[in-house]
Amino acid sequence: MSAPHAPGQGGAGPPGPARVAPGRLLATLGGAGAAAGALIVFVFTVTAPAIEAHRARRLDEAVTEVLKGPARYDTLYVVDGALRAEPPAGAAAAGSERVFRGHTADGTRIGYAIASQAPGFADVIRVIFGYDPASGQVLGMKVLESKETPGLGDKIEKDTAFTGQFDGAASPLIGVKPGAGKGAPGEVDMITGATISARTVIRIINDALDRLGPALAADSGSAP
Amino acid sequence: MRTTTPRQDLLRGIWRENPVLIHLLGLCPALAVTNTVANSLAMGIATFFVLTGSSLLVSSLRRLIPAEVRISAYILIIATFVTVADMALAAIVPDIHKALGAFIALIVVNCMILGRQEAFASKNTVGRALLDAVGTGTGFLIAMLMMGSVREVLGAGTFLGISLFGAGFEPWVVMVLPPGGFFTLGFLLLGLSWFERRRARRQAVPGGAPALRRAA
Repeated sequence: MSAPHAPGQGGAGPPGPARVAPGRLLATLGGAGAAAGALIVFVFTVTAPAIEAHRARRLDEAVTEVLKGPARYDTLYVVDGALRAEPPAGAAAAGSERVFRGHTADGTRIGYAIASQAPGFADVIRVIFGYDPASGQVLGMKVLESKETPGLGDKIEKDTAFTGQFDGAASPLIGVKPGAGKGAPGEVDMITGATISARTVIRIINDALDRLGPALAADSGSAP
Repeated sequence: MRTTTPRQDLLRGIWRENPVLIHLLGLCPALAVTNTVANSLAMGIATFFVLTGSSLLVSSLRRLIPAEVRISAYILIIATFVTVADMALAAIVPDIHKALGAFIALIVVNCMILGRQEAFASKNTVGRALLDAVGTGTGFLIAMLMMGSVREVLGAGTFLGISLFGAGFEPWVVMVLPPGGFFTLGFLLLGLSWFERRRARRQAVPGGAPALRRAA
């Protein structure tokens, strides 16, 4: 691991008795580091499939939920502002944005599930929502990841009175103070004590639709 | 150095020298993730695992680790166990792993764990280090559960997610927020200190041998 007489960085602090050769310090930490690294790689290899499976299952449940139980759904990739059935070739494949197109049992298109994110009050909020371009309505919304304040900001995922409002809301969404709405179809009552979190959720959906709207409208909507 | 029996090695960490309630170590997780019983339990078990594993390893390697780099070596050992615990939790209980967030990784800097390595495991045999780690880890778990139970019951009206009071209960939200952690810990320490004083006053008359004194 290291030469026994290597000068090294001089492990011992200021004065102190220099009893131990620097090489031994290097060897100790180097050896321990290598052993630790090997152990971590081993555990990572063992646990990675389970972690990946959990993540895929959570996404699958979320897609099913926001598309109101599609019979099946296709995964589409956003390539240069258009939806494609195949992932883009090369290194871009892993990071490319995906959209899920849901169909009923007889092949009718229900809509698209879109995952998007933006910084909320505490950390990035990741949201998935269903959208039907034919009617211009949001079908449902689910928070995938958030670290919003427990008891206040986390109402964006736990308060069904808030999350339920997204079912059938017309886009673009408008956040209003609870009770102050004028009955417009895109109005969503915000949450007292979670203004920033609720506003972020609404902004994520509106921004994603601004960005992907043309691509969704251009998609033929038929099964490949 | 004071000599102790194996029984004392095991038992003192559980109550008489409880890391959270007496030594006031490991307060960061005790305040931050005790908003539900399930989170407290998971954090307690993960910390227990890291502490026991680290103590075993540090104690068995104590003659090999040069004193100059001992702290780095301890942290390296602790960090390895924390990473293993982090991945294991993500694979086994993903929901709890999500709820604990960054605090699993922060077990590395839990000074209770490093404290046990420096103060005990690095100077004692493997067996005694194991007893000490098990006792301290259990004490930490008990303290976490005490905090978590109070906060979840008052702040959400549930225990382990089971509703206790029915729909009429208005949750005392501040108890699951950070201030609730400080309130709960403060009242726990107040209660313990009151209890301890009363006990000391009663014992003062016979003037017996206070073999186990509070380390704090």
